[in-house]
Amino acid sequence: MAHILLRHRDIPDFNKLNVYKKNGGFAAFKKAVTRMKPTEVTGEVTKSGLRGRGGAGFPTGMKWSFIDKNNWPHYVVANADESEPGTFKDREIMESNPFQFLEGLAIGCYAVGANVAYVYLRGEFWQVAAFLDEKIAEMEEAGFLGENLFGTDYSLKIYTHLGAGAYICGEETALLESLEGKRGQPRVRPPFPPSYGLYGKPTIINNVETFTNVPPILTNGADWYKSIGTADSAGVKIFSLSGRVRKPGNYELPFGATFRQLIYEHGMGVQDGRSVKAIMPAGASSSLIVVDDKVLDTPMDYSSVRTVGSDLGSASVIVLDDTVDIDWVINKTIHFFKHESCGKCTPCREGNYWMKNLTDRIHAGTGSDDDVKLLLNVARQMQGTCLCALGEFSTMAVVTGIERFPQDFKKKTKA
Amino acid sequence: MTKQVTLTINGKQVTVPEGLTVADAAKVAGIDIPVFCHHPKLEPVGMCRMCLVEIGRPMLDRASGQVVMENGQPKIQFMPKLETACTNRVSEGMVVMTSSEKAVSGQKGTVEFLLTSHPLDCPVCDKGGECPLQNLTMQFGPGKSRFIYDEKLHLDKQVPLGELIWLDRERCIQCARCIRFQDEIAGEAVLGFDDRGRGTQIISVSDPGFDSVFSGNTTDICPVGALTTADFRFGARPWELEAQASICTQCPVGCNTTLNTRREAKAGGDVVVKRVMPRQNEEVNEIWLCDKGRFAYHYTESKERLTKPMIRKDGKLARVPWNAATKFAAEKFSAHKKDFVVLASGRLANEDLFNLKSLADTAGGTAILYSDMGGGELTQLVGVGAGTNIGTMGKGDAILVIASDLYEEAPIWWLRIKQAADRGATLIVANPRQTKLDRFAKYTIRYAYGDEMKTVADFGKKSKIADEFAKAKNAMVFFGSEGLGVNGTSALASACAALLKESDHVGRPNNGLVGVWQRANDQGAFEVGFKPEADLEKALKGKAVYIVGADPVGDDPNLAKALKGAKFVAVQDILETATTEIADAVFPAQAFTEREGTYVSGERRVQRFHAAVPIKGDSKPDFAIVSMVARQMGIILEGSSPSVVFDILANSIDAFNELSYEKLAEVHGQWPIVGRGDLYYGGTTYENTRGLGVQLVPVAQVGGTVRISKVRKEAALRPKEKELLAVPVNKLYDLGVTIQSAELLGQRVGEAFVAMNPVTVKKLGLEVGKPAKISFDGVNVEAVLKVDDTISTGVVLVPRSMGIAIREPVVARVLRSESGKVK
Amino acid sequence: MLLQKYSKEVKQILSKYPPEHKRSAVMPLLYLAQREEGYVNKEAMQNIASLLDITETDVASIIGFYTLYHDKKAGKYRMQVCTDLPCALRGADEFLENLCGNLGVKVGETTEDGLVTLEEVMCLAACDRAPMFQTQGPDGIEYHEYMTVDRTMELIEALKQTEKESK
Ligand SMILES: Cc1cc2nc3c(=O)[nH]c(=O)nc-3n(C[C@H](O)[C@H](O)[C@H](O)COP(=O)(O)O)c2cc1C
Ligand code: SF4
Ligand code: FES
Repeated sequence: MAHILLRHRDIPDFNKLNVYKKNGGFAAFKKAVTRMKPTEVTGEVTKSGLRGRGGAGFPTGMKWSFIDKNNWPHYVVANADESEPGTFKDREIMESNPFQFLEGLAIGCYAVGANVAYVYLRGEFWQVAAFLDEKIAEMEEAGFLGENLFGTDYSLKIYTHLGAGAYICGEETALLESLEGKRGQPRVRPPFPPSYGLYGKPTIINNVETFTNVPPILTNGADWYKSIGTADSAGVKIFSLSGRVRKPGNYELPFGATFRQLIYEHGMGVQDGRSVKAIMPAGASSSLIVVDDKVLDTPMDYSSVRTVGSDLGSASVIVLDDTVDIDWVINKTIHFFKHESCGKCTPCREGNYWMKNLTDRIHAGTGSDDDVKLLLNVARQMQGTCLCALGEFSTMAVVTGIERFPQDFKKKTKA
Repeated sequence: MTKQVTLTINGKQVTVPEGLTVADAAKVAGIDIPVFCHHPKLEPVGMCRMCLVEIGRPMLDRASGQVVMENGQPKIQFMPKLETACTNRVSEGMVVMTSSEKAVSGQKGTVEFLLTSHPLDCPVCDKGGECPLQNLTMQFGPGKSRFIYDEKLHLDKQVPLGELIWLDRERCIQCARCIRFQDEIAGEAVLGFDDRGRGTQIISVSDPGFDSVFSGNTTDICPVGALTTADFRFGARPWELEAQASICTQCPVGCNTTLNTRREAKAGGDVVVKRVMPRQNEEVNEIWLCDKGRFAYHYTESKERLTKPMIRKDGKLARVPWNAATKFAAEKFSAHKKDFVVLASGRLANEDLFNLKSLADTAGGTAILYSDMGGGELTQLVGVGAGTNIGTMGKGDAILVIASDLYEEAPIWWLRIKQAADRGATLIVANPRQTKLDRFAKYTIRYAYGDEMKTVADFGKKSKIADEFAKAKNAMVFFGSEGLGVNGTSALASACAALLKESDHVGRPNNGLVGVWQRANDQGAFEVGFKPEADLEKALKGKAVYIVGADPVGDDPNLAKALKGAKFVAVQDILETATTEIADAVFPAQAFTEREGTYVSGERRVQRFHAAVPIKGDSKPDFAIVSMVARQMGIILEGSSPSVVFDILANSIDAFNELSYEKLAEVHGQWPIVGRGDLYYGGTTYENTRGLGVQLVPVAQVGGTVRISKVRKEAALRPKEKELLAVPVNKLYDLGVTIQSAELLGQRVGEAFVAMNPVTVKKLGLEVGKPAKISFDGVNVEAVLKVDDTISTGVVLVPRSMGIAIREPVVARVLRSESGKVK
Repeated sequence: MLLQKYSKEVKQILSKYPPEHKRSAVMPLLYLAQREEGYVNKEAMQNIASLLDITETDVASIIGFYTLYHDKKAGKYRMQVCTDLPCALRGADEFLENLCGNLGVKVGETTEDGLVTLEEVMCLAACDRAPMFQTQGPDGIEYHEYMTVDRTMELIEALKQTEKESK
């Protein structure tokens, strides 16, 4: 099947404006602006069943329909912070298929009545941002951005904005704070961005991949899109496959493809022919899945992954083989979360510091059974009490690791 | 009227205004939900997670939108997770459980997390005894820590954030109250967090450190012992302290304070003031104080305090009994009845001023207010009065501030006006140079020094600004004495009064004129009939002068000269001054901390202060000394009880008619609720149980005739080429006696200076940062030169009470180097 | 100073944001300020604060929050190796250890010539191309993927060479 999102893999030089244009580029944006009302665009996206690709899987069209029409101006922000360990799909899109993403973003802007959009990239994507700036300039040059687009009175500007090394800035309200020139710390919600967003104005935030789905939806229609994937998870998804596989990388597959297909057909199986011990389907924030044949045949869509005790999240599938110790894995994830906790709320700030001390000790082999129990207890104590999801994320691997792989901890502790 | 919402908290039904947070609603219902980051004056942030509770809301039917009923009751749907009471707003039918097993387990969890890196050094902590963390630890805290002691973070424990405030990094619980206070309320974001995660720490990189005159407030609202004042830290344990209600004497705002006292071995077993704390008065200072008000009290403990009456014998001052001293003075005053002058300042209480005025009147003398500022007659006519509260001003209202740098002259007004502007009030700042209030102003007007009247006149005539002012629902004008003397301010006051009257902004609450007076009770002095004198030199020369609460000799060489030629000088003060040195009789008075009395604030609120510490030596309250002098002159004035003096005052002055000490002591409920055992909800601010004071009713408000005399056109000084126009400005931290004797604040004063535009500096060939020799009105002085490019050229700014005598604009000349020759 | 030196860039940065929200420009301006010395000095902090009408403490607080801003001098290039979980599963920890050995520095230290500071960082979204690192230097940030110790040493040699030539 031809790619829908990673089209550059099928068409050479797809990141050149004329190539993109020749292959139907910008037709969807033109159609939206010249022939559709904003609400019709939103309606089509709603109908397609497109869900956000940033992790939470929130229905995109519904989010757009929440924009507060009594408060102006409106803003749209593309979330290109891509910092979840194991996720590297947005980067490929922006590097190789930038126009489809920008076109999708432009359509989103039109749908919610925004005349200014920002692409918030993680600071490390310095070169990507410079590249996007060029592409945006080319679009302006070609009349796809700027004043009076396609002869209508609709105008649009897109700007890039670089973060500076903070995972939390992927959380949408922290991202907004950061974009406002502050420390990237999450805001209390509600109010949600569609009513109170950038500069206190209604704002729509979507993931890069989410936007990239929009042009083909408008071009081919919602029904076409819905026909791909599964009932609750329409369309295609880019799975970032990493860890102990032979061929890591991004794979665009329809929702519902199985872990087995991803790991063995696309990823060419596990390194050294070993077996899969555990899967982290949503990066470092994952609940660890104990892998058996049944799990390998589980379809990768939002609801099915839940049935095996995890969440699909951003679909960054990290494969752990039978040589990997889970106490080491959670030591790594906690190291990450302790480093990335923004420090605003107590349970996440203190809890991660505490968990770091405990996992360090356990992993070093100087911890006791009681330390493992305490670690589990601290993680549980954090759950449901943090200000944003980061704190929650930090406990996932810990709780499921200890509960689902007790032998790995037994091995490590003095009684 | 805001909509009311009814909800149930812990089974108790309460009805509260819409928009309240659950935490605040619970407070209203008498239920204390533990909080750290939440402060009722700050925007909710929900970051500490201390206030976790269970919240349920009536379930709505998806299709019909109707409330689902169950057994005749709305079905309540509880959220699966605990929620923060400080960020959720109340809604109709809400059910809150603050001490269910689930809620308590969440709260316990938060306390445990907070304690993992807390040093638990309560026994040596200044907050010990008034610390919510300590209380909660007692309530919830596990007996034994699950956190290994050796893994506790060890951080710096004594970090000065400036000279005034110290930080203990280990005790900080990252609630950001201090940062948010500085940012949201004070508008000076000089505190921030460094790093993130567990590394999060308070920093201030301003120069000087923690550069804000509101810094002390952060120590009140810091819920733990992380922030302490350099003044109080390690000073005493809170439970040893007595509390006495007082009023700040540093500026016309009249902040309500509490004096915390304790018996102290260091002071020879005497009771002394250990700290000054805000006392809640939402219409005056809310729960805030400026640093001057907080730290300047030390002047009352100065070694220079006068303790015995003295008279000059053989050229030397010698101690004598009170009777002898007062008799000596009385005889002189009686002998020079026609030349009898009372010169008193607004540092005195109403009772003192009233007796002084009565004495002057009865004896046939004159009473002069020692001030550079006039216009008090007008604030009595069209001043603000009963019902006025800047805290209620906002959208649709307007405030004009002219010829005043409020940040320096009345910090709490600055803060409250800034907040009114934040709420949408139109703020207009008119001043010849940039001031800190400009940032919050919708309009700034720059005029040349000397053009004040013209500015107000033009303002009344045309322009969008004038229009907006005229159309405002309510409008207030604050006028000050920047660049002006007695005549200038009087004229400015009439111009402002006329503007208010013409735009129909008089006679209603939140409308009218406010004088930014130089002393706390100048307004009171005007009320009892004192007036300033433009030509003081002339008024004092060859007279028999009774100087009370003023140091003209120290302030101004010209006045010193005039007093040298006086027939007799009696000085009544609390401290030795240059004026007591030349006095023929000296009467030691009591400081405000040692006695009772009342002041009138600039907003015309009459407020009581009380005695907190024992009297020093043989000193007496001013009104009593006046009564003794009067008696010796055959004039009977009440001298034993301040409340009786006040009753007589109230009887003889219309505006005070209905007032009495009892009336001034009345209180009513205030929001936010502070006190009630858990002081820390609003900070360690004291609950006001001793009186909110009463605002006087201006003549315009009782329907009296308001006649505003024509503004006298005075030719502004126009210096010649090579000359400079020297203008006085006011500074918060000046070389005045109250600051000088408070060591801590002394460090913030800096040396005497004058300021000019850089162009002027260049033109005159002067050097910035170096002393410049300047002749003011015939007096030669040397002062360090600073630059400010918002000052117009040809002007030299001279701060009052900073070593150079200047009461009004004068012509100045720069002197060349040693020779003293004019350039 | 910043304003004078890079007036064009500053203007261009400010033009991205509504004038009443110019504070948004603080992050791009901090990158600009870091260009010369690799860290934000006191003067640049003051410049940025006054340009954006915020306090110096605000600026310091932002520098403190984000890992790509620095307030202290380090090597001309910061070599930031990702050792996060996915990279670690593909040998990043060993790579870093060997690199330390070859360069004779520990993590967090700078080579004697002041050219390279070796650092350890969190996931850089290049998990399929581990071992990898980024260099943060005067010209911004550059990714280096599918790395070996040998290739890394070559890269450092090349940096040294250009350094010499420019002097
Ligand atoms: C800690 C945290 C990190 C996140 N990081 C990202 C991210 O890097 N990229 C992203 O698109 N969404 C991220 N999200 C999700 C965003 O908050 C938000 O839900 C998303 O951008 C919405 O876009 P979507 O509806 O298109 O998924 C993160 C959320 C959390 C709580
Ligand atoms: S859970 Fe709390 S500390 Fe952690 S990132 Fe979110 S707000 Fe910050
Ligand atoms: S989170 Fe509610 S008081 Fe701090």
